[in-house]
Amino acid sequence: VCFIPGGLDCSISFVSHVLGKVCVHGRQKEILGVLVPRLTDLTKSDCIWQRICWRLVECVPDRWMEAVVLGFVQRAPGADALSRLLGNLVVKNKKAQFVVTQKMLLLQYGHTTAVLQSLLGHLSLDSSRRPLLLRVLQELLETWSSSSAVKHSPAEQQLYISKAILICLSHLKEPEIESCRQELLASMMEGVKCHLDSNLPQLRRLGMVVAESISLKINTEGPVLKFEYEEDDETRELKSLLVQTPSFCVVPSLPDDHRSEEADAPPSVPESDEKSPGMPDEESEGELDSDDDLIPYDMSEDKELKVKAPVYIRDCIEVLTGSSSEDVDKWEATVKALESLVRKNPAATREVSVELAKILLHLEEKTCIEGFVELRQRAQVAVLTTDPIPVAKYLTSQFYSLNYSLRQRMDILDVLVLAAQELSCPKFHGKTKHSGAQKPCAQLLPGSDSSKDWRRIVDERIKSKTRRFNMGQPCAKLASHPNKFSSVAGYFFFPLIQHFDRPLTTFDLLGEDHLVLGRLVHTLAILMYLAVNTVAVTAMGKALLEFVWALRFHTDSYVRQGLLSCISSLLLSVPTEQILADMTEELLETQSWLADVMEKDPDGDCRRLALQNLLLMENLKKKLEAVPS
Amino acid sequence: MALPPPDPQFVLRGTSAAVHTLHFSCGGPEPDIPLLFSGSENGFIHVWNLKTHRVDTALDGHGRKSVYCVETMGGKDRLLSQGRDQRICLWDLAEGRTSVTDSVFTEHVGFCRCSLLKVAQGRWLMAMAARSLEEVQILELPSKTSVCTLKPEVGAKLGMPMCLKLWQLSCGSQPMLLAGYEDGSVVLWNVSMGKALSQLICHQEPVMSLDFDSEKAKGISGSSEKVLSIWSLNEQQNLQVYKTYELVNAGISDITIRPDKKILATAGWDHRIRIFGWKKLKPLAVLDYHTATIHCVSFSDHSNPRQRLLAAGSKDQRISVWSIYAQT
Repeated sequence: VCFIPGGLDCSISFVSHVLGKVCVHGRQKEILGVLVPRLTDLTKSDCIWQRICWRLVECVPDRWMEAVVLGFVQRAPGADALSRLLGNLVVKNKKAQFVVTQKMLLLQYGHTTAVLQSLLGHLSLDSSRRPLLLRVLQELLETWSSSSAVKHSPAEQQLYISKAILICLSHLKEPEIESCRQELLASMMEGVKCHLDSNLPQLRRLGMVVAESISLKINTEGPVLKFEYEEDDETRELKSLLVQTPSFCVVPSLPDDHRSEEADAPPSVPESDEKSPGMPDEESEGELDSDDDLIPYDMSEDKELKVKAPVYIRDCIEVLTGSSSEDVDKWEATVKALESLVRKNPAATREVSVELAKILLHLEEKTCIEGFVELRQRAQVAVLTTDPIPVAKYLTSQFYSLNYSLRQRMDILDVLVLAAQELSCPKFHGKTKHSGAQKPCAQLLPGSDSSKDWRRIVDERIKSKTRRFNMGQPCAKLASHPNKFSSVAGYFFFPLIQHFDRPLTTFDLLGEDHLVLGRLVHTLAILMYLAVNTVAVTAMGKALLEFVWALRFHTDSYVRQGLLSCISSLLLSVPTEQILADMTEELLETQSWLADVMEKDPDGDCRRLALQNLLLMENLKKKLEAVPS
Repeated sequence: MALPPPDPQFVLRGTSAAVHTLHFSCGGPEPDIPLLFSGSENGFIHVWNLKTHRVDTALDGHGRKSVYCVETMGGKDRLLSQGRDQRICLWDLAEGRTSVTDSVFTEHVGFCRCSLLKVAQGRWLMAMAARSLEEVQILELPSKTSVCTLKPEVGAKLGMPMCLKLWQLSCGSQPMLLAGYEDGSVVLWNVSMGKALSQLICHQEPVMSLDFDSEKAKGISGSSEKVLSIWSLNEQQNLQVYKTYELVNAGISDITIRPDKKILATAGWDHRIRIFGWKKLKPLAVLDYHTATIHCVSFSDHSNPRQRLLAAGSKDQRISVWSIYAQT
């Protein structure tokens, strides 16, 4: 397409029509791929070409406007170029305004950060468009701070909206911030509450980063909001959006900066040499003095003072419950030594197991020991594995009791899982006690990461199952141990599932405490998984299926992921014959539910898990059909 | 082949409370009995007879509050004691009396031991921590008149004074004060002018105790960390770090240099007394007898060098008395 320059009065509306029609038929890429770079070059310095371009886009009929505008915004190499190309189209044309301010920001979320930058930059460059920028920011903040949006929209959309908010903030000038300071503050408070309430760490971090940025912008003096979170690529990228770098000044100044930095480095080096000559003088005093007459005594016994830990379990109990706040050294030594003592003296531990479990559950950090949480957890796991039935009864009953903190309830769940793992695969805990115990500890303590790890394990299990089906037994036979979990699995599992729908005054699983509910569901999935080859597995499976069915429409995505993991564990652990014998109707209902989740659930992880479960079910069916009955 | 460290010559038992401070008075001529004064946590000051190894007298003057400093003022008849009842008491012990002749209400609620210096016949200067957080007050005794108050400059953030040492280069010269503070620094004050001459940060933790050798213009300080810091005073009256020594276990309660300036002893939180040569800080011995943290060490002032003793008081309620390096 080639334009005739110079003074001719031509009507461009025909070209606009052509452009519009081509774009709407899906050929945006081809035509705009050629047109946009050409126009960008032409409009760089020539005002006439700018006006021609503006006329071009203005004349596109409304029904094709969206496709054209979308194409331009996506392809424009930056906010300046976009401004030259579109001019004030978004102000003049209602459809264009809708596309740019509403559709691309709130209804779509697939555009790249560069596109967002050029879009919002374009809005900020002209004074007639700036009001649109403010309106856009307000609407973005409304979405960001609405709790239903946080709960139900996918994580990718929330990330997109957060990026857009940060870019808007970076474009705002002082007087504009002044005028909407109150609203910014109000939205920030609302939004940060919804985000922190979420179970997914990614959403919490997003909320924290955006809230910090808003606070930074509106509080120019005084303390700003500061959260503690782990920095990762995503947060760094988000934070970088807050600062607008002018696109053309950066390159030439860099070599200058480097040169001045190098000049600063050499002067600091010579200073350190002056100190050394001073010392040798003092040593060489005339030393013919009677100091040499003083013969030192033997000092080989002078070693570091170590506090002895108690050697008996009952002594440990005394130290830990004792009110003697003075002997903190002994308390520390006891906490460190407790796990090994428990493991070495199983008989003595069994006598006092429930008491020890009680003390450990309530044990709080008296002094600052490194790794206190891990030490306490390892001791609890040791006690639970040494005397599973009474301690499991105690712990599960305490899970549903009054007056425990959420942290303590989640600790109970973690300890049950770790102990179950140890009981079901004892070979981990011979010589390699540390390496075996370390990994699950690190996996389960941070929030929802356990679902990812277990999914990986479930994936591997699926793979291994299919292999076995095709090729027999490829892996070498491992040494076999009696499954200690078999006799106690029921004690771990059923009490946890019993009272979930009975709210207490301080603890309401189905209400506010959905974080604990999520963790409970994941714990049940793991316990189910570990119960493979145990006697109780079928009963556990049935109970679990009912539990999942009752909660399947829960609004929290972390809980839903847990429920889907439960189904996976169930399908992997309960022997196929039992599944088909006892649970056929339930499974069919579950299958239709899974199909529904796979298509319509807003959370990507849930959809993936549902798909996996459906595949597992297919596998089961195939397996049964293959075996000659 | 090094000999194993010696055992205590004898051990004094009977205080029935942790021992916080010790002071010898053995310098008197022959018929005088060598004495050891000890102050305990139960508020009693025990006067030990070093010949019979028994308590001669028990003085109760601090309302059962812990006594953390005892000093004699020119002989065993006049005693000064400082206790947690915020009082410094002056005792008259001549001819079997046990009465408090005078007392100073310090309003100091910390643990900073006061320091005495004899400036003239019958006149002493006493440095003590005062009521206000960072200040040190100098009083003249027995008149109890205030000589000056040493205040660090505003914003210095030294914290409480933890230990004090008054000294003068020779009789008649200007008295100076070395004070160790909570922030780990040691400050040299000129008492007559009432201003600080030099400050040196010796430790990261509070300075627990210090001692100074005015002849060699060298001092040593210990803290709750593992490092002993030796510093010196140059001609411009500036403090500089001379050396540091790292101990095996952290925590020093008390340091004292023997009057002949040959050795020094440290009292450790790790229940051990350490002896070092003062010239080069050569470690000489580690005396391991006590079973709890040692609060104080003190050298005796025997005129006969061979009779010199070292005493250590500990939280385990015992006072161990040693004869070590007495032959030199």
